[in-house]
Amino acid sequence: MSDSTSIGIVTPQVAHFSKLLTLKSGEVLPEYDIVYETYGTLNAEKSNAVMICHALSGNHHAAGFHSENDKHPGWWDNLIGPGKPLDTNRFFVIALNNLGGCHGSSGPATINPAKQKPWGATFPLLTVEDWVDSQARLADHLGIEQLAAVVGGSLGGMQALQWTLSYPDRIQHALLIASAPNLTAQNMAFNEVARQAIITDPEFYGGDYYEHGVVPRRGLRIARMLGHITYLSDDAMGAKFGRKLREGEIKYSFDVEFEMESYLRYQGDKFAAEFDANTYLRMTRALDYYDPALEYNGNLAAALARAKAKFLVISFTSDWRFSPARSREIVQALLDNKRSVSYAEVTAAHGHDAFLMPDPHYHNILRAYFRKIKIKGE
Amino acid sequence: MSNSQPNFVEAAKKRRDFALIAKWIGAGAKVLDLGCGDGALLGYLRDTLEVRGYGVEKDDANWLASMQNNIDVIQMDLEAGLSGFDDKSFDVVILSQTLQAVQNTEGIIQEMLRVGREAIVTFPNFGYWPLRSQLIAGQMPVSENLPYQWYDTPNVHLCTIKDFDEFCEKHNIRVKERFVLTNGHPISFMPNLLGSLAMYRLQQSE
Repeated sequence: MSDSTSIGIVTPQVAHFSKLLTLKSGEVLPEYDIVYETYGTLNAEKSNAVMICHALSGNHHAAGFHSENDKHPGWWDNLIGPGKPLDTNRFFVIALNNLGGCHGSSGPATINPAKQKPWGATFPLLTVEDWVDSQARLADHLGIEQLAAVVGGSLGGMQALQWTLSYPDRIQHALLIASAPNLTAQNMAFNEVARQAIITDPEFYGGDYYEHGVVPRRGLRIARMLGHITYLSDDAMGAKFGRKLREGEIKYSFDVEFEMESYLRYQGDKFAAEFDANTYLRMTRALDYYDPALEYNGNLAAALARAKAKFLVISFTSDWRFSPARSREIVQALLDNKRSVSYAEVTAAHGHDAFLMPDPHYHNILRAYFRKIKIKGE
Repeated sequence: MSNSQPNFVEAAKKRRDFALIAKWIGAGAKVLDLGCGDGALLGYLRDTLEVRGYGVEKDDANWLASMQNNIDVIQMDLEAGLSGFDDKSFDVVILSQTLQAVQNTEGIIQEMLRVGREAIVTFPNFGYWPLRSQLIAGQMPVSENLPYQWYDTPNVHLCTIKDFDEFCEKHNIRVKERFVLTNGHPISFMPNLLGSLAMYRLQQSE
């Protein structure tokens, strides 16, 4: 905690919105809460704000600690802080928990004010577009007309891209990391297996498990184990676990025998104890549905024609779930529109997880890019 | 903060080839520079002609230098071709003093002419007399344009002006214009012997 590049202790805040939000599905959220954290200081011109969009299992706690005894900093703490690549001495950083989440923003596990019981299965399905609309309202709430940048990895990158389409005049820079312009059939297939694991858990109760005092822990655990396989590369798993046996010899059982199994079970158990299954279902669906080119007959260049922001697109060589080829599609569509775009393909062994790692070259790229961003009034 | 811009126009005063490349490019053109290094050429073209320029660079350090110089730069390996780039999606594709270091020479030139309406290729002329004389003296040539020793050179496809003319003819490539320079001065007499840097403006033959 004495680390001078740490934000230190941060306190989440809640913004309540009483103006209804019409969703892409046609459903309406009459009112909702968004929980968020901010790091750094908003300047007088309100021109130095950077929004962080989280991925599938992320939340508003991107940096710093929640208490003196907190052992674990926020999920992107290696990026955000005083003197870090996203330097909070210069920028005002906003991180939020998306609607439908399970860390304080309105979601399936929160109380539906109209019914005075948890939303459960009745909480609407959200899209990337809906999230961006709600993020724009959070910016309004903070008095920010234009964001200096929106940053996101994976599903977060999709939100950063959508910002440039939904609010082209409200975003100066979009940083799209380990992302894609839509999911491939194979990528969606992993999501479907994850959802089936949850939905077929006997304790799912059609999504209304809160009323039964249980959670579909087994399903969520398997969903997360599957996810973890896809976030790592074959090489990274090989280097980390290989065929290492936990107790040095084969036991001819279905208990944990290989180190890899121990890792997956640990990750699955940990996640199932703290994450909400209904949120997981909705996050994966938002991933599946996102496809800005759909209404342009699959022509991504036509879909991105209205973007005005400058772009930085980053992919990782060993990421097979959001492969470099998918990032290059975004870059190509931006080139076709003569947009300002730089693209880095970072050599990294960690697969999709690489976007959260403090690889020196990756962080040098982000540091250099943020330094280049001109803040009005600076 | 380091928002200060390098002065590409000032720095390019020593680079006569940059000024000549600029003569072949229209104001506001969409330009792709393959192997853009630190982005000096694109920076110069942007600041003098307001071109919409993009660099292509494989090397991490060069990529970062270009990005820091406010150049839009795409990280990819030229040797894999320019797949993903549509036909004629750029006005000009440039390969500036990089030809000698590429493996798949034929493939890259063909890709340049596919993606660009025009291509500009510049390379150190291996027929330049000081290089010939070094070879006659029994050693691999080393010069300002070719500063490497035989054992550490990235150059794999060195050629002379005569070679490249033949290459264009054989591959049915139209040479729209050619400049030859030595120490920044134009050479028209015996260019393959007296010229140090060759510059070609190319187009696909109809």
